[in-house]
Amino acid sequence: MKIFSQLGGYLLFMRQVFTRPDKFRIFHQQTVKEVESIGLESLWIVSIISIFMGAVATIQMAFNIDTPLIPKYTIGFATRQTIILEFSPTMISLILAGKVGSKIASEIGTMRVTEQIDAMEIMGVNPANYLILPKIAAAVFINPILIIISIVLALFGGWIVGTTTNLVTSTDYILGLRSWYQSFDVFYALIKTVVFAFLITSISGYYGYITRGGAEDVGKASTKAVVQSSIFIILFNLILTQLLLND
Amino acid sequence: MIEVDHISKYFDGNRVLQDITTRFVRGKNNLIIGQSGSGKTVLLKCIIGLYAIDEGDILFEKRSLMEMDPESRKSLRKEFGTLFQGGALFSSLSVEENVMFPLTMNTDMGREEKLERVNFCLRRVKLENANKLYPSQLSGGMIKRVAIARAISLNPKYLFCDEPNSGLDPSTANVIDKLINEITEEYQITTIVNTHDMNSVMEIGDQVAFIYEGQLWWEGSRDDILHSDNRELNDFVFATELTKKLKHKSA
Repeated sequence: MKIFSQLGGYLLFMRQVFTRPDKFRIFHQQTVKEVESIGLESLWIVSIISIFMGAVATIQMAFNIDTPLIPKYTIGFATRQTIILEFSPTMISLILAGKVGSKIASEIGTMRVTEQIDAMEIMGVNPANYLILPKIAAAVFINPILIIISIVLALFGGWIVGTTTNLVTSTDYILGLRSWYQSFDVFYALIKTVVFAFLITSISGYYGYITRGGAEDVGKASTKAVVQSSIFIILFNLILTQLLLND
Repeated sequence: MIEVDHISKYFDGNRVLQDITTRFVRGKNNLIIGQSGSGKTVLLKCIIGLYAIDEGDILFEKRSLMEMDPESRKSLRKEFGTLFQGGALFSSLSVEENVMFPLTMNTDMGREEKLERVNFCLRRVKLENANKLYPSQLSGGMIKRVAIARAISLNPKYLFCDEPNSGLDPSTANVIDKLINEITEEYQITTIVNTHDMNSVMEIGDQVAFIYEGQLWWEGSRDDILHSDNRELNDFVFATELTKKLKHKSA
């Protein structure tokens, strides 16, 4: 029963969030601020993780394709496919669920327990719309850009490790990257990223918004936000893969 | 004037407010007093619409809260100024931006006009040079003063203060009381102050409503308190030796 009550609460919250902003200029300003807070401030961690992720993926591909029957350029091809289809959109989104999700839940939760949200409501402002919609809009806009950067850096990380350790030549690796390329794969990755961005911001915003009590409850809300966002990312990853990649 | 008409409020089947009827007069400081857990904060939150009431009605100059659609309620709220217990300043905004927030969200004023109004409100609470400070850089008393400046920025008809003196030293609390009193008289607004600070009651309590176990137990002025023989009221108000001496002296 609790799950239905929470789902109902979440849907009612979304109805409050997705209303017409009172002032579009303010909404625009808030969204730009959130792009910086959610996106640009995550660029460093996304870059570091992506480079190492690509490097590890390349080493593992080389280790598993260590047979003369399979051409070396397959390392580049397999690395590209795993990075584009899974590692960048899903793994980076899970990292962002931790970083951005906890930030949103604790920020909104603190505003709730210190009556800042009540104050906003009394001023005739719809707090759910004012606080959450710009975060959702910003994440849906900036996360796909972060994922594109992640893909590029991961493939670059793979190239560096592959060539410096002589696992694969630069020519073979680049040939692999260019082989059997389908733009739909990138489209699939971006679709997933947009859905994950929505899940991270809306679920975290919801858990922050319904926080009651004090500092400990803000911490609990933040943990719940990260756990639930991660579970729903994994679940929707399966659903979207089945829907988009199953012929 | 605000009229509270037979309101009741339940939480999970427990009645927290029971059939409360009273009126809060314009141009006066209307105080709600009572022990912690008596229901006074719930009453205030029902009046400002943060809690939906289960029975009864609340009338703002004869306008029924229960009969209002969401848009009318939103318009009504623009007539409210509210001072929350902890100030509830937006921590990511500067003092200037905090006071400007209601103006930005509810009016079409230009930047210069808004700034003029903000500076006027900050001067009114004697915080002329605090525009660029952030809430984390303010003392408790300053936070309350900024919150008052924000509450009056839209020229409210109604001012609601929830425990305005909590966490303040007696001298700063006195400054806040005086400020609330001056603003109420100057702008002739209906002010409701929720408090259990007896100094406030004696300083500014034009009308006092005593809430006991969710019921309106006693009503009167600050002078009436000194002569009341209501046992629960006396137990609450004259709980300390100092206040007992005051009562004895007045008798």
